[in-house]
Amino acid sequence: MTERRRTHRSYVSYIDKSREYYGAHGYERPYQWATHDDAPFTPLPKPLSECRVGIVTTAYFLPDGFVYRVPSDLPRVPATATREQIGNLDTNYLSWAKDETHTDDPNSFLPLDRVQEMVDAGRVGSVSERIYCLPTQFSHRQTQKRDAPKVLEWMNEDDIDVALLVPL
Amino acid sequence: MSLGARYFEEAGIPTVVVGSARDIVEECGVARFVFVDFPLGNPCGKPGDVDMQRSIASLAMDVLENAFVPRTTVQAPFVWDEADDDWRQRFMHVGDDNRAQLAADGEMRRKLQEEVRETKQAG
Repeated sequence: MTERRRTHRSYVSYIDKSREYYGAHGYERPYQWATHDDAPFTPLPKPLSECRVGIVTTAYFLPDGFVYRVPSDLPRVPATATREQIGNLDTNYLSWAKDETHTDDPNSFLPLDRVQEMVDAGRVGSVSERIYCLPTQFSHRQTQKRDAPKVLEWMNEDDIDVALLVPL
Repeated sequence: MSLGARYFEEAGIPTVVVGSARDIVEECGVARFVFVDFPLGNPCGKPGDVDMQRSIASLAMDVLENAFVPRTTVQAPFVWDEADDDWRQRFMHVGDDNRAQLAADGEMRRKLQEEVRETKQAG
């Protein structure tokens, strides 16, 4: 095997990329990303084989007849999806590498079937019937004060013990 | 999403984030993070690659079970494309070849935003 070497870190900095990209569009004030030194941490309350998992996604529902003009048209509201509705979740207006890949396979961004397999195998206790949609927001406050509390309320209704969060 | 993870942890629900934007998640600071070094869009594994998807979902559960301190990051052992690493440069590319176009796109977008705002106010 060839020994690989690098002169730069390999992983992409999306904070740098998006600042330069939107800067080139003429948006002079860069987005203010959330940053913290510490992070809250809750240990697992019981073995995973007894835990109920909730899956949270940034995919969203579009209203019937939706016409996209500008980003502010998007209905960025928290929602829940049943398993049958997963195919109706939209990802088109999120920023991801559309020239490199696609999201036609929901399990590539929302691993419900893979988690269900772990439930069937006894590794995970159970998985919630509902998927939780936590929208990507420009405003930190919207996420912290409105959306995350709403999703938490739903997770509590569903007796969720642990959450698997997958941003696109 | 990372702010959501922090909120749920504070409320007593353990979380694991599976994602491909390493700097965004790590700057925000979450309890547990599985980093998948892929173009944005398929953090849970390549479309149709069930074995890879299983492996990543399983790794997320390993991290949930075994992380004992916050800000634990584990990188999934997968390469997007052995033969082509240039996807890193292609996404949101800014260069002399497209700078004028991006500036024009921005102008158009601001104009459209203004029109939409006026329509909404009028409506």
